[in-house]
Amino acid sequence: MLPALLLVGAVLAAAGAPAAVALEPYTVVGDAIPGPLGGLAGDPARGEGLLRDRERGNCLICHNGADPSEPFQGTIGPPLAGVGARLDAGQIRLRLVDASLLNPQTVMPPYFRTENLHDVAPAYRGKPALSAQEIEDVVSYLASLRTP
Amino acid sequence: MGRASRGRAPAAGLVLVAILLAPVQAEIKSGTEFLSPELQRQQADEARNPAFFWVEQGRELFSRKPTPDAQACITCHAEPQQSLRGTATRYPQVDAASGRLLNLEGRIEQCRVERQGQPPFGYETPELLSLTAYVASLSRGLPLDVRTDGPAKPFYEAGKTLFERRQGQLNLSCTQCHDGLVGQKLRGDTISQGVGTAFPAYRLEWNDVGSLHRRLRACSLGVRATQFDYGAPEYLALELYLAARAKGLPVETPGIRR
Ligand code: HEC
Ligand code: HEC
Repeated sequence: MLPALLLVGAVLAAAGAPAAVALEPYTVVGDAIPGPLGGLAGDPARGEGLLRDRERGNCLICHNGADPSEPFQGTIGPPLAGVGARLDAGQIRLRLVDASLLNPQTVMPPYFRTENLHDVAPAYRGKPALSAQEIEDVVSYLASLRTP
Repeated sequence: MGRASRGRAPAAGLVLVAILLAPVQAEIKSGTEFLSPELQRQQADEARNPAFFWVEQGRELFSRKPTPDAQACITCHAEPQQSLRGTATRYPQVDAASGRLLNLEGRIEQCRVERQGQPPFGYETPELLSLTAYVASLSRGLPLDVRTDGPAKPFYEAGKTLFERRQGQLNLSCTQCHDGLVGQKLRGDTISQGVGTAFPAYRLEWNDVGSLHRRLRACSLGVRATQFDYGAPEYLALELYLAARAKGLPVETPGIRR
């Protein structure tokens, strides 16, 4: 039920929040963002680190399966093992950027959004949870996970 | 006159009552039920639960005059085991004189300032934590029973709104975790219904006793949301909402938490 083409006004979003950084614009096609943010190339090794890093992605607080060596992984989101076989890079990108575009009730946080958020702590205000480069790093890592 | 059959009838009745009540009762559980059996045993054992040290300190402070010519708490509240038994089950509550919502910490500070003529201890001081843990421990096992009507209603509504509203950079509401994800693992923690019935509690992560507001600040930080001040209206309203959600659950202070 997604409009085929949704130009998300991530840049417009900055209006109202003076300190907000301008986010790289992106185009949604179906359930995917086919083009890399800012035309950047991702580095899977950095992406793997971001998943584990408790200060940055901290994805393993909710997801498990991508990295068996890490203790105490969450059970909240779907296991990420084999996610690259289920979803292509564009689909993964959209789910990271703003999963609420697919499911308004989603628990999956919007990692590349600054608008429509309440009571954001000062240190994080006006910034996306992950930068365009970091999103691309994580996307390239997840897209490489093909064995469930 | 079959004794046996008379004996069975009430039992069947109880089962029916239990079934009728089940949806309500099954819904909200104490955070204790989400702890490991070992931590549950430790919490119940006064000799091994470190938080009882704070209760002891509180008991002492309660009888001690803050200055030679000021009155001790026990001067007004004689026989606290009886006179203050059940008190904690009714907090937070609206203070009739000021119209403000007071939690137990707030009431203790009010007594200290207005009746003892002393400067307030301040949130998270060992003194206020000890006195709060002690006074709450006098209600151990008694069911929570806060008012949510009358003057308390706007505070309750505000708390409910805060509980249900998404917040922080990670855009999560309390209810998404503490209703929707109960029993799931967030890293090493098992998510409970997020009721505060054991606070002040000894948290292993703190290696210390802390107030409910300290716990709430940790949840706010977790979703990268504004951490309100200790005693802030937002956390007081949430505290009332949590207590109303936990209505009927026993006070467990002082608890142990991970
Ligand atoms: C607070 C919990 C939480 C955190 C933190 C979290 N996720 Fe998720 N994630 C979810 C949930 C829940 C879903 C399912 C979304 C839905 O169905 O609406 C999901 C879905 C996904 C999906 C789609 C999976 C599929 O099979 O459809 C991907 C990919 C994903 N997350 C990656 C990540 C990455 C990478 C991070 C960190 C940068 C992350 N998640 C952080 C909870 C979380
Ligand atoms: C991303 C998930 C998440 C969100 C959002 C969240 N919490 Fe928590 N909360 C936890 C976890 C995990 C714990 C520790 C395990 C437990 O006791 O539930 C916890 C613990 C608590 C506790 C202590 C429960 C106990 O018995 O020790 C309270 C009270 C609480 N949360 C209230 C809240 C409130 C109020 C909010 C919103 C302001 C909130 N939480 C938001 C995950 C969350």
